[in-house]
Amino acid sequence: MTGFLPGDRVSFSLGGQPGTGTYITERDGMAVLKLDSGYNIGIPPEGCTLLERVEVPRPVAKEVIQDPSLPPLSIISTGGTIASRIDYRTGAVTSQFDAADILRAIPGLREIARYTTRKISTILSENMTPALWCELARAVCAEIRDGARGVIVTHGTDTMGYTAAALSFMLDTPVPVVFVGSQRSADRPSSDNQMNALCSSRVGVSDLSEVVVVMHETTSDDRCAIHRGTRVRKMHTSRRDAFQSLGTSPLGYVSYPDLEVTLSPDARRRNDGEPILRDRLEERCALLQFYPGMPPDTLRNYGSCRGLVIAGTGLGHVSSGMVPEIKDLIDGGTMVVMTSQCLHGRVCDRVYDTGRDLLKAGVIEGEDMLPETALVKLMWVLGNAKDGEEARALMQRNLKGEYLPRSMPWEAKSRA
Amino acid sequence: MGSEEQGLKAGIEIHQQLNTREKLFCHCPPVLRPFDQRNGEFFRYLRATESELGEIDRAAEEEMKNLRRFCYYTYDTTCLVENDEEPPAPLNREALFICLQIAKMCGMTPVPQVHTMRKLVIDGSNTSGFQRTALVAVNGTLPGGVPIETICLEEEAAQRVEGDTFSLDRLGIPLVEITTAPTMRTPEEVAEVARYIGMVLRSTGMVRRGLGTIRQDINISIPGGARVEIKGVQELDLIAEVVRREVQRQKNLLSIRDRLLARGAGVDPRVRDVTPLFSGTKSSILRKAPCILSVLLPGFAGLVGSEIQPGRRLGSEFSDYAKKCGVGGIFHTDELPAYGITGEEVEALRKATGAREEDCVVIVAADAGRAECACRQVIRRAGLALEGVPEETRRMEEGGNTSYMRPLPGAARMYPETDVLPVRITREYWDSIPVPELLEKRAARFASELGLDPALAQQVAYSGNLPLFEEAVRRGVAPPLAARTLLATVREISREGLDTSVLLEPRETAGDPAILSVLLAVAEGRLAKEAVPQVLRSICQGTGVSAAIAALEPRIDDAQLRAIAGRLVRERIAFVREKGHSALGPLMGPMMKEVGGTVDGKKVSQVLRDAIRDALGG
Repeated sequence: MTGFLPGDRVSFSLGGQPGTGTYITERDGMAVLKLDSGYNIGIPPEGCTLLERVEVPRPVAKEVIQDPSLPPLSIISTGGTIASRIDYRTGAVTSQFDAADILRAIPGLREIARYTTRKISTILSENMTPALWCELARAVCAEIRDGARGVIVTHGTDTMGYTAAALSFMLDTPVPVVFVGSQRSADRPSSDNQMNALCSSRVGVSDLSEVVVVMHETTSDDRCAIHRGTRVRKMHTSRRDAFQSLGTSPLGYVSYPDLEVTLSPDARRRNDGEPILRDRLEERCALLQFYPGMPPDTLRNYGSCRGLVIAGTGLGHVSSGMVPEIKDLIDGGTMVVMTSQCLHGRVCDRVYDTGRDLLKAGVIEGEDMLPETALVKLMWVLGNAKDGEEARALMQRNLKGEYLPRSMPWEAKSRA
Repeated sequence: MGSEEQGLKAGIEIHQQLNTREKLFCHCPPVLRPFDQRNGEFFRYLRATESELGEIDRAAEEEMKNLRRFCYYTYDTTCLVENDEEPPAPLNREALFICLQIAKMCGMTPVPQVHTMRKLVIDGSNTSGFQRTALVAVNGTLPGGVPIETICLEEEAAQRVEGDTFSLDRLGIPLVEITTAPTMRTPEEVAEVARYIGMVLRSTGMVRRGLGTIRQDINISIPGGARVEIKGVQELDLIAEVVRREVQRQKNLLSIRDRLLARGAGVDPRVRDVTPLFSGTKSSILRKAPCILSVLLPGFAGLVGSEIQPGRRLGSEFSDYAKKCGVGGIFHTDELPAYGITGEEVEALRKATGAREEDCVVIVAADAGRAECACRQVIRRAGLALEGVPEETRRMEEGGNTSYMRPLPGAARMYPETDVLPVRITREYWDSIPVPELLEKRAARFASELGLDPALAQQVAYSGNLPLFEEAVRRGVAPPLAARTLLATVREISREGLDTSVLLEPRETAGDPAILSVLLAVAEGRLAKEAVPQVLRSICQGTGVSAAIAALEPRIDDAQLRAIAGRLVRERIAFVREKGHSALGPLMGPMMKEVGGTVDGKKVSQVLRDAIRDALGG
């Protein structure tokens, strides 16, 4: 501890010359000072003297004025980079920004709709939980019942695909439910938050009635893609165009900066119905990635699970040594669904012996479902089906576009 | 020049690119590429963001008057970091080392913990919208006594291709920024300090050379004027002129202010639509414009057209401000009728705006949004004319004039680069950093220790081939030969149109550059120094070093040498008899031509002297 408070005016000496600065924080034992030039430097705290304790002025939040003639949208914030700010305590980027701040930071939003804002959490999305998915689904449903023409959910990008899939299953929505985030921090003038937010807001008032993810389609600021919540996956750690629809085309696009929405014929259209919420999830489910040499008894750790999704190799395989363990698991009451770590393509356990043995053991083929989507679906199915037979049937039925009955010769998007 | 009496205060910021192996925050090679080698393009929009205190930097805001679309070229030597698609790598330690070395040469004190900052720059030259920069050391003094305030390590910006298109090859090349205190009093002193700092930087042997690798920004103020920062002065020779012209500009602006105040001039804050007045105009610009707006400047007549720098008027400053809104420029009544606008139209304009004879009217033609924005800018700048000289960042124009770029940035433009961890500069590390010998000292040493002519010594010390020269001398090459070859001979061959860059590349032997191998052949007696140019020429044409030397053969043995000398003397016996022993000099030329470059000149001269002596019957 340096004994200083953020905002303190402090004097110091460097190379025999006196200087003054504003205390920001402590970092690795050093007092970080902001000089009048704007530069930060780290100085041993014992070399600093308090000149004046200055109350850090709270930034005055400008009032957000909205146009009452525009359609009502709801923004629900959960945190993430789109809503991030620099934390001067740690010097790191954290999610502390709420929905109202987003409206202030992106003035263009106010030309598209009028907004109510609601905060569920301020977390980075790696800290998301199924319990929060349920809370979010209830909040979205309530906003729709309250008359929102669409709901925007701001979310960290790391697990946005999981949450979008979860809401897809939990909610039958008559209006668009749009997940949006940003890959590059909101503080930078180049952040993708501006374009993603404007495009998602435009999708929010569009003629859609699905749970979707709206993010950059390319590295340029040219258009956003609208991805179905059950087919979307984050495919890059840092690029703006990390989100892709796997195995299918996006449901539509939003051009930028003119914000024209085009929807594919597949996209479900807006209707006047009431939202239907089925918000029970069986959280005792797991996702396991098989790898060569995985000890078969690894599966014994999953005995307490009611459901297990395996991301197998190729067409949906694990080593033959694992088959008896899987059979034990299934006999013990765990539902096991096979998906592929290839991500692209359909599972087929009827081609090779291992596959046929897996089917005999009672494994359910996950068709072309993404492993993460299969996990979320399994949670929802086990939480809502009245018995195992119905659960099994639901897992093999396409509910929310999570699997495609026909495999189209869709090329994996090639990257420049 | 009377700048000193006028209380001129000037300081400089020198930006010098460093010759590191990798860029400052990624592992790309810092190489510049021809634009046609690009392998991709993308585009982005940038926007001003709030600082941690909820302010938008005034300079950043100014750049954002338009939604601008910036296009970027990528190469196989750039990566996702330049594209602003990946977090930066840790601060390049080689660059930090060079920066600390320079700091030590200037007697500075290192910052105990270096923090990388993001400096907002939204003119498109940085894909992220900020430039990464770190304050590394403070408080030094040049040997001449000029205080150095700070040295920073920064990433270079992208290079502008044209308009809003940028090339990413240059983005991220490390550079040091050295800032002096504003203690210079004359234009000449500013130029001298810039030259001296340049010498200090080159003494490290680790800075990039060539056009654009070093740039000077100049800070200038005069009493009653304002601090103005002039960006991007590349030629040292222009520095003094830029300073002189800025002093002139500030003096003229102050004089204009005094006259405006004496007249009781003001600025009418209203913007009027005068589009209908020009419905039948012959001016093509006005005819095409969807909207023409005007601003009335009471008491400004004659002064808007008043010259403040050669060829630049107060109106030019108004125009610079207006252009920030994306308009092509402005018209004002001090310069009208002209440009196809008739006297009648000017009269109608004056009437419509209620302008008196002592008033000036400015008009802007564009779409309504831009024209309104431009008029607001003119109103703002005209208001500043009543106060004197605005604080500004300005750009150097050809000849030493300057034009307005943006307001001086405030501290609000700087905030922490959270993706780069701070770096500790320990006492041990600082102590371990060697201080290179200054080039001017090295030049003096070359003259005194190596017996080089002082001018040649200076040339060698400042040349990019200095390391090669030192290596050659260390390995036994005669210093004058090494110096002459590296400087004069290479230049001559290059003027003949040959590509001399191959001479600096290793050929065959043990990784030595070709030119060094050739010099060593002379030192080892395998090659006559007279043949060096010929050998170098054939290497430039693609021959290997040994092959180029071998091609000079057949080697002439002593008997053959004597025979040639005897024949030459016989052929010119009358001349030899007439001149006696002093015939030696004139005969050396034809003799060397015959023997080619394979025999040392000293030996040839000895044999020839013997032949002359024999012929004279000695």
